[in-house]
Order: sequence, then C-alpha cells, then structure tokens
Amino acid sequence: MDINDLRSITTVLGLLCFLGIVGWAYGKSSKKGFDEAANLPFAEHDDDGAASKASHPR
Amino acid sequence: MSGTQTTYNDKVVRQFAVMTVIWGIVGMLVGVIIAAQLVWPELNFGPWLHFGRLRPLHTNAVIFAFGGCALFATSYWCVQRTSHTRLWGGPLIPFTFWGWQIIILLAAVTLPLGITTGKEYAELEWPVDILITLVWVAYALVFFGTIAVRKVSHIYVANWFFGAFIIAVALLHIVNSMEMPITLTKSYSMYSGVQDAMIQWWYGHNAVGFFLTAGFLGMMYYFVPKQAGRPVYSYRLSVVHFWALIFTYMWAGPHHLHYTALPDWTQSVGMIFSLILLAPSWGGMINGIMTLSGAWHKLRDDPVLKFLITSLSFYGMSTFEGPMMSIKTVNALSHYTDWTVGHVHSGALGWVAMVSIGSIYYLLPKLFGKTEMYSTKLVTTHFWIATIGTVLYIASMWIAGVMQGLMWRAVNADGTLAYSFVESVKGSYPFWAIRWLGGVLFLTGMLIMAYNMFKTMAGGKTQDMPVVAPAGHHA
Repeated sequence: MDINDLRSITTVLGLLCFLGIVGWAYGKSSKKGFDEAANLPFAEHDDDGAASKASHPR
Repeated sequence: MSGTQTTYNDKVVRQFAVMTVIWGIVGMLVGVIIAAQLVWPELNFGPWLHFGRLRPLHTNAVIFAFGGCALFATSYWCVQRTSHTRLWGGPLIPFTFWGWQIIILLAAVTLPLGITTGKEYAELEWPVDILITLVWVAYALVFFGTIAVRKVSHIYVANWFFGAFIIAVALLHIVNSMEMPITLTKSYSMYSGVQDAMIQWWYGHNAVGFFLTAGFLGMMYYFVPKQAGRPVYSYRLSVVHFWALIFTYMWAGPHHLHYTALPDWTQSVGMIFSLILLAPSWGGMINGIMTLSGAWHKLRDDPVLKFLITSLSFYGMSTFEGPMMSIKTVNALSHYTDWTVGHVHSGALGWVAMVSIGSIYYLLPKLFGKTEMYSTKLVTTHFWIATIGTVLYIASMWIAGVMQGLMWRAVNADGTLAYSFVESVKGSYPFWAIRWLGGVLFLTGMLIMAYNMFKTMAGGKTQDMPVVAPAGHHA
C-alpha cells in the first residue's frame, strides 16, 4: 500500500464523516439540544421589545 | 443575585469596536488614494507613496486592521454573552488589543518603506510575523479559555465559527510565514517554485475562507438573530453549514493558479472544490436571511438590520460569482483583469464591511450605556451611501474586467494581437473613475459612522454589565 492509497482512504473517510455529521444534525435526538442552543443569545435582558423566544418550527 | 456579581469584560470590546471604525477610515482612505492614482497617475508621489507601496497597505489595513478589530470586538462580545461568563485570560486580553494595534502601526510604517515579503496578504516581514503569532496565540487562549469556563453546556454556533477562524488563521499564518531571515527587515520563503506559489494561495484563499468568511459568519449567527429578535432559522442547517465549510474550503486555493506551472490535476481539484463551496455558502446565506421570516417588516425601519441583511445578499452574490470564476474557461477570461478586483470588493465592501458595520452599530450604544445610536437617521444615510458606493464599485469593475479580458485575447486574422496592452488601459479609464467615486462614497459613509459614534460616546457610561446567569440557574 503506497501513500496514495492512504490519501484516497482519508478522502473517503472525510466524506463519510461529513455524511455522518449531516445524519446526526438532522436526526431526531439532536432536536432538543439544538433548540436550547439556538436560544442562547436571548438570555440577556437587553432585548427591549424584541424578545420573541419561540423557536422556528423546523 | 449576589452583591459580588462578576461583570462582562466590555472594555476590550469597546476598544476594538472604536478602532474598527478608525482603521476602517484609514484603510478605505488609502484605497481611495490608490484608486485615484490609477485615474490620475500624477498622484504617485516619491518612492514611499506610490501605488505599489500603498496597495499592500490598503489591503492589510482593511483586512487585518478594520476586519481584524471588528472580529476581535464581536467575538469577545459574543463568546461572553453566549457562555454566560467573563472573558478568561487576565493580562492576555489587553495584550491582544495593544499587540494588534502595534502590528497595525508596524505595517503602516514598513509597507510604505518597501519592507515586504512580496506574498499577497502576507507582506509583513518576519519580526512582525512573530508578533502576529504571539498575539494570535493569546487570542486563541482567551477565546477558548472563555469557552472552557462557560456556564452552559452548549457552545453556540457563532462560537464554532469564531473558533474555526482563530485556529485556521493560526495554521495558515505559521505555515505560510516559514521564512529564513537574512537581515532584520528581509527574509526569504522556506519554499521555492510552484510549491511556494501553492502554499501562498492555500494561505491566500483560506485567508478569504476563514478570516473573511468563517469569522464574519460568526458575526452573522449572533447579530442577525439578536437584531431580528428571533433565533436562527435552522440550527441544524447552521451545523451542516459549519462542517461543510470546514471540509471543503481548504482545497479551493489552486483556483488562484489556473494555467500556471501548477500541475493540471491540482488546478482541477481546486476548481471542483470551489464549485462545491457554492452549496454551503448559499445554505448559510439562506439560513441568515430566513431568520427574518415572519419579521420582514423590521427591515423597513431598522437600518442595522438593513446592513446585516444586505451584507448577506452580497455574500450570496459573491459566493455565486467566485465558483463561476474558478471554472478554468471562465478564469481564462477573468484572471488578471479588474473582474477579480470587482469580485473581491463585492465580498469585501458588500459582505465583510457591511456585516461588520451592522454589528458595530448594534454594539456601540450598548457599550456606552445608551439605548440607541445618537442618530438612527444617519445610520440609514450611511446604509444608502455605502450600498450605492458598493454597486458603483463592482459594476464598473465588471465592465472594465470583461472588456480587458476580451481585448487581451482578441487576435487578428494573421494571429497577431488586436490590441496593445496600453489600449486596454486607455479603455479602462472611465470605469476606474467610477470605481474611485464608489470608493469615495463608501469612505464618506464611514466618516458619517465615526461622527455618529463619537456623538454616541459623548457622555456615555462605560460601566461593565453584570454577567447574566444562564437559564435554570435563577428564577
């Protein structure tokens, strides 16, 4: 096995890793955590009249 | 709530925010001067102030002084607010501010003196490179140190972008600045030939990708939701957006070296990855703009939101144009012409500057204990002047660029060139004048911003705000 095989394998693993991330991001289990995270900027008391904390439906 | 409540470190944010506006004016003024030098060559005075010496000063000042200060200010603000903790790092924090200012001053002195490595966007010589490394490591320690002591479990997506920007810029700067010092003011690159060119444009394109994109996307993911008053359209999309950029950006650099000594397959890889980049770029743009869905009316009378959303439109435009220009056959026409300059400024004025200006307008009143800017009307005026200036700039460069490309490739029936180079220069004059005017307008907007800023600062309180306990820890 020469170094070019390793390079090809790295590329394929990179793609699989990315697809895994996409699957995880759009999976059901991450929804709750993402909603919490999405609201992190709104914990301040500086949002006069702009405090719609409701998350988007998606 | 106890009596010994900690506060956010807003002093450093205040310093960087004010210097963003100051360096913006300086950098853009130099830009206007070199644009004028192209129209009126008589303006090239002496060895220190001619186009060749001032051009790198312009690029360094707008990217690293204006853009850099904006990134420091916004990332320090965002990471404290979304981590519910005071900035970590003690003396490292003022070191990042003062160190960065000294680097900028050193650039302003050395570049006109002709002290340069000759590498685009990496012109500064080795002693300054070392100082940049020290400041950047301090920045990384402060930023990630603050993340490490955060009081919430999540790391907000904006901080992922800021974090990637800090890590990638450290990597790019260190690898591309590997050089052998000969004297105090002269060094030679450790690499040679086409490897040197490839490493330079791996650096150059990722400076665009991580300094001018990832960092400013961090701004977008914090300030657009804040100003719109609603969470980001899709947090899932933001996660995919982040990783897609991370996985693809690093490979796009070869498109700067089409039709050079770089191996052909490398050029093709660069082109393909540049085309793939369209997807995450537009995903991110849509995510930012759609954050406003259901609140579009806010655009009508909120000039800060106008700046932010317009910046995303220009981001969408320039990230469509970029992949197109990376296609080899298109590049054969566009490369070395003013089209490239127009493309860069579509990103630089339209995206980077506008998202920074919007974010700084958001921050200024809060940093100085006011509820809003001294004059919201002047913010609106600034917005329209800046938009018209940007459109004039990029439209004139498109026309000039395509014209130059067509003239340079035109051949007579006998195979000789139809035009001499100077004929294309002559044809470009009117468009260079329009470009200068666009630049003057953009600079005027920044001067209005400075006036508005100093008026807002006058009599303002500079007390640091108390750290807000995360939800669940109180109430």
